[in-house]
Amino acid sequence: MSKKERNISFVQGNEACVRGALYAGVKFFAGYPITPSTEIAEQLARELPRIGGSFIQMEDEIASMCAVCGASLAGSKAMTATSGPGFSLKQEAIGYAVMAEIPCVVVNVQRAGPSTGLPTKAAQGDVNQARWGTHGDHSIIAMTASGIQDVFNVTIEAFNFAETYRTPVILLFDEVVGHMREKLVIPPQGELPVVERLKTSVKVGVNYHPYLPREDGRLPMSDYGGEHRFHVTGLYHNIWGFPTENPDESHRLLRHLVDKLENRAHLLARWKEHHLEDAESVLISYGSSARSALHHVEGCRAKGHRHGLLELQTLWPFPKQLVREKTARARHVFVVEMNMGQITSQVKAVVDDPDNVFLINRLDGSLVTPSDIESIIRVVEGRGV
Amino acid sequence: MERYRFLLSGSGGQGVITMAILLAETASIQEGLMSVQSQSYGPEARGGATRSDVIVADTPILFPKVTQPNILVALTNEAAAKYLPLIRPGGLLLYDSELVQPGERIDAQRIGLPMYRATREKLGRTVAFNICVLGALVSLTEIVRLPSVRKTLEKNFVPAHHEANKTALGLGVELAKPHSWDRY
Amino acid sequence: MSVQDLIRQRFFPHLWCPGCGHGIVLNNLLRVIDAEGYDPYSLCMVSGIGCSSRVSGYVNFHTMHTMHGRALACATGIKLTKPHLKVLVPMGDGDAMAIGGNHFIHACRRNIDLTAIVLNNRIYGMTGGQYSPLSGPGVLATTAPYSSIDNMFDTVKLASGAGASFVARTTAFHVREIQSILKKAIAHKGFSVVEILVGCPTYFGRKNKLGGQVELMEHYRDSTVPIGSKKLEENPHLIQRGIFVEEERAEYCAEYARIIERAVKEQ
Repeated sequence: MSKKERNISFVQGNEACVRGALYAGVKFFAGYPITPSTEIAEQLARELPRIGGSFIQMEDEIASMCAVCGASLAGSKAMTATSGPGFSLKQEAIGYAVMAEIPCVVVNVQRAGPSTGLPTKAAQGDVNQARWGTHGDHSIIAMTASGIQDVFNVTIEAFNFAETYRTPVILLFDEVVGHMREKLVIPPQGELPVVERLKTSVKVGVNYHPYLPREDGRLPMSDYGGEHRFHVTGLYHNIWGFPTENPDESHRLLRHLVDKLENRAHLLARWKEHHLEDAESVLISYGSSARSALHHVEGCRAKGHRHGLLELQTLWPFPKQLVREKTARARHVFVVEMNMGQITSQVKAVVDDPDNVFLINRLDGSLVTPSDIESIIRVVEGRGV
Repeated sequence: MERYRFLLSGSGGQGVITMAILLAETASIQEGLMSVQSQSYGPEARGGATRSDVIVADTPILFPKVTQPNILVALTNEAAAKYLPLIRPGGLLLYDSELVQPGERIDAQRIGLPMYRATREKLGRTVAFNICVLGALVSLTEIVRLPSVRKTLEKNFVPAHHEANKTALGLGVELAKPHSWDRY
Repeated sequence: MSVQDLIRQRFFPHLWCPGCGHGIVLNNLLRVIDAEGYDPYSLCMVSGIGCSSRVSGYVNFHTMHTMHGRALACATGIKLTKPHLKVLVPMGDGDAMAIGGNHFIHACRRNIDLTAIVLNNRIYGMTGGQYSPLSGPGVLATTAPYSSIDNMFDTVKLASGAGASFVARTTAFHVREIQSILKKAIAHKGFSVVEILVGCPTYFGRKNKLGGQVELMEHYRDSTVPIGSKKLEENPHLIQRGIFVEEERAEYCAEYARIIERAVKEQ
């Protein structure tokens, strides 16, 4: 592809994710085969060596996430991809990446769980695991998308957030979006912003502190093999990266890990909205379910019903303020998701009247349909069964 | 334009999903229409029921699955039995007359063509069977133009397959020629 | 450059118990690095969790103190990204052989150029004396109060069978041997495994009534022999020391560089 050309293709969500990662500058992938995310590994196995990057199929999901941590500290933009059971196995090293502030991207193309579940079917049941899967208090960024172009864009954004905030970013796609094909337009390199790794400006021979924030809060990095020798640990550590049990330093570290993301929830929020201006019923959805929700909303508008959709692309940190604002004038709020209400409970926690928030879901491995949505909304709005 | 909802079904290994991708890609990339392709599948790599949905329209396609197809392609009896009840009134069923014996009681037009046999006889093997079906399907629905399909085929296959694909595509078109879809 | 430049002096004295063998290994490792003139900026040490894993905090290299058992997996990511780095991976017996066992055999199989140093004290020290996969039957530990019934791995056989291209064993008593083996292991192009039998007087020695470090040292002196020693004929239970495998084989990063070359050419 020439530098100026737009590349137009017809691809799966998983391939759009790969294209987004390459656009964002991914140089390292470690993974383990698992449905329905395997296409990401297969395509990066082909693409990465072409640009001098590295692909490795590790012995398990744990090792993959560990290798990603190592590669990122050695200076590469790094990612892994998995699905439900593999995501569970990665949690240990995701926690390490949180603690050691290692930029990386973890894709989870969700399938129905728990356990082996329905490997080839769709679900959105890992929303809470993305937030709370690893042990200990922490914060994390998790994003999702409902269409192929959005998967591409959100993947770039995920790398940008990972680098900006030195954190793992979870991409929570689902089987429907991962395997569905649509048109993808890739803009020329340079058109979409790509955040490069912030390297330390500390000179050789001067002490470099890997965990000493700049004034803007960002933590400049050095690479293993670079000009500075430094230590990284999963233990509570000081600005040098060395273990500490000092109560003040420990407290400060945990607050930093949580606050750096939670206090920036408004900056991290990404969403799309449709017909919300005068909506009496606000639907909130994300991922493939948002397509069904929008299908319903457009149908309602055609009939004169004032329905609107808030499609969330950032799930964590949960965009509380956004959800409050967008639902402030709604008579009813409907959350459409393919789980038992993982985002619904978040919405209920931030609105004034949680009794007016209703879950519309589907748990059988198939995509929630517009008629599933319609049948519940009719009842709630008193339009009959 | 009217929305086209294809449900393409058969068994694993018949190339159902490839056929769906080629159709949807042609519509989207070559014809400037909007299209979405998706599939549902089980754990089997070969055999087992395969289904792929394609929606083609000139407005954004949101819900990507086909619940009621107006065009159903069935390449096995199992697929025909499973999906025939879903077809919209006035819809079209295209099936392989050698592989499938569809039930009588449907409110749709049925077109059975000996695509499997024709591919085998003409090409000596059945690898391009799906391309033959695609030819018939495009001919009957006129959703995309044939030269556009050829472009997609050339883009997606290595040159060694171009000739066989072209032949198979033409075969499907020829078989479908005496028929037409009488839409409501 | 002196040995002092290779360590982070402010963290000494180290946290190991008096008589622990880990310090002996660190001491000899530093001597080798100093004698061979390795630039500390070209060295990376990756460790897991346990007493031995604290080595990474003391050496002034690029250092990563990771998760229990995961050091080799993390090191693999580093090595593939920066193949010019010498990557050293000290591990305990539980770290390497139990929770990290899968990573261990697969690192052997890939023959990726890392130096795994297995500090085998036959016990989980940091958690207070539980039996490990290298304890063996009959050993007393806090989780084997009636004695362990678990068979043990033979690190050398496991590593050799799994495909490591350099495999050696020595003990904390044989300090010159530690140096000569580590020197070769670090220089070796491929996956090197060096098992070093070290004493844990605090837990292993005490629990099993084997005495303190002096007695443990004597034990390692008396219960081991060089590979193929005549003494084995009289007592086949003696543990052999030395280099068991030293072969030139295709190394993972070098092979991957060839893949890159091919992929670039073919696109």
